[in-house]
Amino acid sequence: MTTQYDPADLGTERLSPALRTEALEQLLTERGLVQTDVIDGFVAKYESDVGPLNGARVVARAWVDPEYKARLLKNGTEAIKEVAWGGGANGEHIVVVENTPTRHNVVVCTLCSCYPWPVLGLPPSWYKDPVYRARVVREPRTVLAEMGLELDDDVEIVVRDSSSEVRWLVLPERPAGTEGLSEEELVPLIGRDALVGVAKVAAP
Amino acid sequence: MGGIADLGGQEGWGAAAPPPADEPVFAEPWEGRAFALTAFTMGRISGRNLDAFRHSLDRLGPAAYFDDGYYGRWLNAAELMLTESGILAEGAVNARARRLRGEETEEPPAPEPSKPDYAPTAAGSLREVEDAPRFGVGDRVRAVAAAGPEFTRLPDYACGRTGTVEMVQPGHLLPDTHALFRGENPQHVYSVRFDSRELWGPEAEPFQLTIEMYDSYLEPAS
Repeated sequence: MTTQYDPADLGTERLSPALRTEALEQLLTERGLVQTDVIDGFVAKYESDVGPLNGARVVARAWVDPEYKARLLKNGTEAIKEVAWGGGANGEHIVVVENTPTRHNVVVCTLCSCYPWPVLGLPPSWYKDPVYRARVVREPRTVLAEMGLELDDDVEIVVRDSSSEVRWLVLPERPAGTEGLSEEELVPLIGRDALVGVAKVAAP
Repeated sequence: MGGIADLGGQEGWGAAAPPPADEPVFAEPWEGRAFALTAFTMGRISGRNLDAFRHSLDRLGPAAYFDDGYYGRWLNAAELMLTESGILAEGAVNARARRLRGEETEEPPAPEPSKPDYAPTAAGSLREVEDAPRFGVGDRVRAVAAAGPEFTRLPDYACGRTGTVEMVQPGHLLPDTHALFRGENPQHVYSVRFDSRELWGPEAEPFQLTIEMYDSYLEPAS
């Protein structure tokens, strides 16, 4: 990895990525390699359709249906498709791991920012941040505390570094006090951060 | 591995912060365009080769990797792939960018495409592997110690470390050769569990870590 490629470097300045993106889009459009409306549709899909709501629906189903939960933990990829869109890029093989009062899973990709797109959408800024990528594999308890999640000393932490096309989804603990809520009422409580393992789900 | 992208365990990056609520998917409109352009152009080169894209990210300089953010790094890696395969001339994007801001700049002519003579055998990265897995759940394994950059998915922190196979995952094509358009070479993949003290020494926080290892990254350990 000795190459030090920097296409934006003009020697005296670096051109902004916004300007260079516009330039690239023009060049590729002129050549007929991309079409503006296709780009628009792709951006809109990841802005509104593919997001953590899919993961929240999977978790809510698992919380109310023990048989579904067993299927989900055994074969995440197939069980996810019962509830939400599955497969595709960054979702070829999804493994679901359960957080319990004594065991806490947390997911990272130290080499890039691999993330289970079908169930969580595109990764949030903190997941892509070098701080998280560098440190959560070395001092996860400290990093989680800095992010606002204090875990008791007797909770075992398992860090999942996503180095292949396997993707990890955390099944968080169902919070106390939600026993009377329906699947539909549980969905909005379940945020993305708990599905990566940097937060817990709170009761309303 | 090693290199610009191999961040696991690096010190000096500062403190983490609580995740912001209601963060937009794309902080600025150009990020969404760069995301989509990269996803589409990847498929124009030779199959949708994610490994070649990651290999391009790995070859960026520090400014190109870090200073433009996540989607800026995608844009820069996409341009590397597009120039290497002769779809865009070197400097074409910068020349157009300067024209966009009103400069009189000559644009380089479009080059002769030199796309890799390569096609994937199937979509995605999962592949059947005929031979039985070399390791089973519970087996003790060691990651190769001297893993140079050709081991594209083996972070330095795991090199030479001993762990236990936790899961046998579906077979994958091998990123190391696939990234260079030199064949799929499917292999078994294992989730290997390491103790934090094996990775970081006796003073480390107690925790467990799993990471996926390709068969050729591992040797048996007693």
